[in-house]
Amino acid sequence: MTDLTNLTVAEIRDGHRAGDFSAVEVAEAFNANVAAAKALNAFIVETPDRAIEAAKAADSDRAAGTLKPLSGVPIGMKDLFATNGVQTTAASHMLEGFVSRYESTVSQKLWDAGCGMLGKLNLDQFAMGSSNETSYFGNVISPWKRNDGGNAALAPGGSSGGSSAAIAARLCPAATGTDTGGSIRQPAAFTGISGIKPTYGRCSRWGIVAFASSLDQAGPMARDVRDCAIMLENMAGFDPKDATSLDLPVPNWEAALSSDLKGKKVGIPKEYRLEGIDPEIDAMWDAGIAMLKDAGAEVVEISLPHTKYALPTYYIIAPAEASSNLARYDGVRYGLRDLPQGAGLQDMYAATRADGFGPEVKRRIMIGTYVLSAGFYDAYYTQAQKVRALISRDFTAAFETCDVILAPTAPSAAFGLGEKTADPLSMYLNDVFAVPASLAGLPAMSVPAALNREGLPLGLQIIGKAFDEQGVLNAGLAIEERAGFTARAEKWW
Amino acid sequence: MAIDQATVRKIASLARIAITDDEAAAMEGELNGILGWVEQLGEVDVTGVEPMTAVIPNTLRLRDDVVDADPLTGGGRRDDILANAPEPQHGFFGVPKVIE
Repeated sequence: MTDLTNLTVAEIRDGHRAGDFSAVEVAEAFNANVAAAKALNAFIVETPDRAIEAAKAADSDRAAGTLKPLSGVPIGMKDLFATNGVQTTAASHMLEGFVSRYESTVSQKLWDAGCGMLGKLNLDQFAMGSSNETSYFGNVISPWKRNDGGNAALAPGGSSGGSSAAIAARLCPAATGTDTGGSIRQPAAFTGISGIKPTYGRCSRWGIVAFASSLDQAGPMARDVRDCAIMLENMAGFDPKDATSLDLPVPNWEAALSSDLKGKKVGIPKEYRLEGIDPEIDAMWDAGIAMLKDAGAEVVEISLPHTKYALPTYYIIAPAEASSNLARYDGVRYGLRDLPQGAGLQDMYAATRADGFGPEVKRRIMIGTYVLSAGFYDAYYTQAQKVRALISRDFTAAFETCDVILAPTAPSAAFGLGEKTADPLSMYLNDVFAVPASLAGLPAMSVPAALNREGLPLGLQIIGKAFDEQGVLNAGLAIEERAGFTARAEKWW
Repeated sequence: MAIDQATVRKIASLARIAITDDEAAAMEGELNGILGWVEQLGEVDVTGVEPMTAVIPNTLRLRDDVVDADPLTGGGRRDDILANAPEPQHGFFGVPKVIE
């Protein structure tokens, strides 16, 4: 029999429906891969029993003729989603041991659709990071290695690095991710998989540990575009419990997939041609342009004049919102409490937060506290909110002349663990292409497009109009079909 | 504007995070680096631009004025809410004594 862990979500769903294999066989195969891949450190908690339990239910449902949309598909859940009865930590010491008594809306939707849970996936602490080096539970190691024989451990991207590593290493066919400034797209690009951040508000944020509320958005990560469409259909939808949730029907994205781009215009933002960028990134971008032309699209140059201000805008707004959201971790209501001998309430707060937050989280809370403090609020925060409006307007103007935008996902391939940790700014610059779409709340996805000279995956990014996930998925499919990306990490773990 | 260590300690106190002298010294450089970089936003002309408050147009919905309208987020869930508190006492969140 073929190795079930090489199947996509669609293949598992359809094969299970057709009776080619049982859901229990699928769950057992993935459970075995998870158990054998400790070296990647992709999971914080493994839940093989939950996967088997859902698989048994899927097999009974098939016998009874009551199959659900994703019956028989086990998945990984980023440990930022609250899961009833299973520890949720956001990869922090602060929430170590926190077992929520409720289920996030997105995860509940996936269980209702028939999915089973293989475990809770590692991430950057409170989703703050681009390399998965800020987790309290240790770095996630990418399954990929450079072909130079050097054997350096590489970053799987962040913050959804446990998700990207697990999918690339065949520990799960799909996983949830969240994207605040590129945290679905950049790790997808680093590990040769696909991932889509939908329009802000498509997926409910209820039950997801909050980082920056005006930016956070859940989305799927999977091996191909079709699987992303299937997963997103089962994650999205109106939720009255989230005031920012969009009250719109969920389109049938999978059924409408089409890589025929005749009549479509693809915008190429000239400001994304960065000086000094790796020529391989530009070459991949040019190849992507040729692929979309081949699919029938017309290519037009567009301008997003405020692009250079997107990152500094992001690094004011995201920390500001984080400093507010993370104020709830005070040693009173959740998880950790550090009460020094004879300490009062204020000292307890300060000691708990000093102990519970890692350096990157503290750094961002401090920045956020500063930019929101009296005397600096208008100079930093209000100014950033105004520039954000201009960045959003740039996109609105660009979409008057094009349907989707094509750009690289990240300015480089995966870097080595530890290579950028000493300089926070150089780490932040890794999100230069991903952040603008986040600030504008637009749907955007990354698809693998090429290998670089070191044998590492590179991703192309497609950005769409608000609510036009279909246009993004279709352009992604056109690239996927033409790039023919079949490379995978050689197993060493 | 440059941040000195006294300012770092002030921010840490506002953020309710205890820091050591060594941490304050290290953060002085890091925060100055990041804030110096974000200050380039000052050069953008934002005359007449309203600060963005909602990224996707959406109207604020109000919940029906009904007690426990949603069984998950309504009342009557004290035990669930206290389940992860470090020191719950007598059905409340427990904190160190705050009065003399």
